[in-house]
Amino acid sequence: MNESVLAWHQARLQEGKFFIQRCSACAHHVYFPRAFCPHCGGDALEWTTPAGTGTVYAATTVRRKPTEGGDLNVSLIDLDEGVRLMSRIDGIAADDVHIGLRVRAKVVDGLVLFAPADGGSA
Amino acid sequence: MNTRTLRGSCAIAGVATFGCGETPGFTDLELLAHAAHAAVVDAGLQMTDIDGLCTASVSSPMWAMPVIEYLGLNPRYIDGTMLGGSSFIAHLLPAIQALEAGRCRHVLVCYGSAQRSGTFGRSASAGARRLLDPQPYEHPYEPMLPPSAYALAASRHMYEFGTTRAQMADVAVAARAWARLNPEAFVRDPLTRDDVLRSRMVSDPLSVRDCCLVTDGAGAFVLTRADRARDLPNRPVYVLGNSTAVWNRQISSMHDLTVTAAQQSGADTFAMAGFTPRDIDVVQLYDAFTINTILFLEDLGFCAKGEGGAFVSDGRIAPGGALPVNTNGGGLSCVHPGMYGIFALIEAVRQLRGEAGERQVPGALTALAHGNGGTLSSQSTAILATADAL
Ligand SMILES: [Zn+2]
Repeated sequence: MNESVLAWHQARLQEGKFFIQRCSACAHHVYFPRAFCPHCGGDALEWTTPAGTGTVYAATTVRRKPTEGGDLNVSLIDLDEGVRLMSRIDGIAADDVHIGLRVRAKVVDGLVLFAPADGGSA
Repeated sequence: MNTRTLRGSCAIAGVATFGCGETPGFTDLELLAHAAHAAVVDAGLQMTDIDGLCTASVSSPMWAMPVIEYLGLNPRYIDGTMLGGSSFIAHLLPAIQALEAGRCRHVLVCYGSAQRSGTFGRSASAGARRLLDPQPYEHPYEPMLPPSAYALAASRHMYEFGTTRAQMADVAVAARAWARLNPEAFVRDPLTRDDVLRSRMVSDPLSVRDCCLVTDGAGAFVLTRADRARDLPNRPVYVLGNSTAVWNRQISSMHDLTVTAAQQSGADTFAMAGFTPRDIDVVQLYDAFTINTILFLEDLGFCAKGEGGAFVSDGRIAPGGALPVNTNGGGLSCVHPGMYGIFALIEAVRQLRGEAGERQVPGALTALAHGNGGTLSSQSTAILATADAL
């Protein structure tokens, strides 16, 4: 595959589609996207659609002035496929995000975000 | 070559700091040059004796060249490896190998930064780094880096082990208590656990008092072969072990936020030195944030994983405590000009030479200095000792 995996992935996100990679040699899922498997070194990475569900692994509230956008959640989320990514949890106050919270992915303006899996007021 | 054969083969013959705190008007290079010259003088050498150079900069990726040009050096050994704040401890083992191979006779390791006073401020350099060192899977979520990365690690440590904000505060309180004994420390006001707990939140659970200073400052040291060091004026401080480990760049790529690559760099360093944590008299850890001290005490084996919070409580690492940690006041209270690692090493040397004044740990014969770089990304550990502990 002679194209940038980063560019391909970002182009799909712009279409609202979230893909991760899976190594057909060693069966590990991989995220962020790359050209070679970081687990086995192989080049047999395939695009796959994740279930989109995951669990908050770590969370922080970035304290910002209201003029700078206000307090902001930044979390690390473990997808059920076994990969971790940085994102934020929307639809819930930053201070209410907690480790262990079940969340579901959505794509907003080419960015992967998450919301509580039960849809809201966790 | 087994690194064990390099144990004690080289020694630090000279150290110096310059401009720690606030030095308006100075450039990075000027600060560095003052520290470099003072370290060479301290070693009983002249600039023309220096034929090896190790240096790194946050802002200039080709930094070794302007440093060589400014100092007028003609080095046969050059290391510009940039691993963030651990760089200057990571420079040790390759320099020892170069000295042992006869590539050079005296290696100068040096750093200088006008990060606090410089016109090219932190936000400008952060913006430039986003362009030069893009992290497209983190930056769009607007973490405040580096604090948010360490805050995420702290959140996980609290969740898994019950570590408390009060325990993290005790790290800052201990660092301040040491700083109060060090005339060179930038901040020397009294600090209590409540002061830390009540200070402004930056990125939960880290408050502004859980975060290191932003200062100017420079540090330098001279490394030479042990047989040559014995002919120089200072008591040689021997390098018994050194190792560097990198497991990731981004915090989101870290496998387990409560376990750093210091486990690897520490184990390899103790193996090279033939020591255990019980053999170490003073400990200098890269305390960019209070959680660092807890993580590194665990990962280096001074306490079990998960017990770091209890370990640092109630003055255990403060003056008069069981284990002296960050005796200069650390990055939290002494000095932190962008990269702190070289200052941890210099404080270890000063303690082993008995030159630490009011904060001197009596009879210190062995020291561990540990550097961290990036967002818990790079880790480098060194064990130093006097002739008595060889
Ligand atoms: Zn694979």
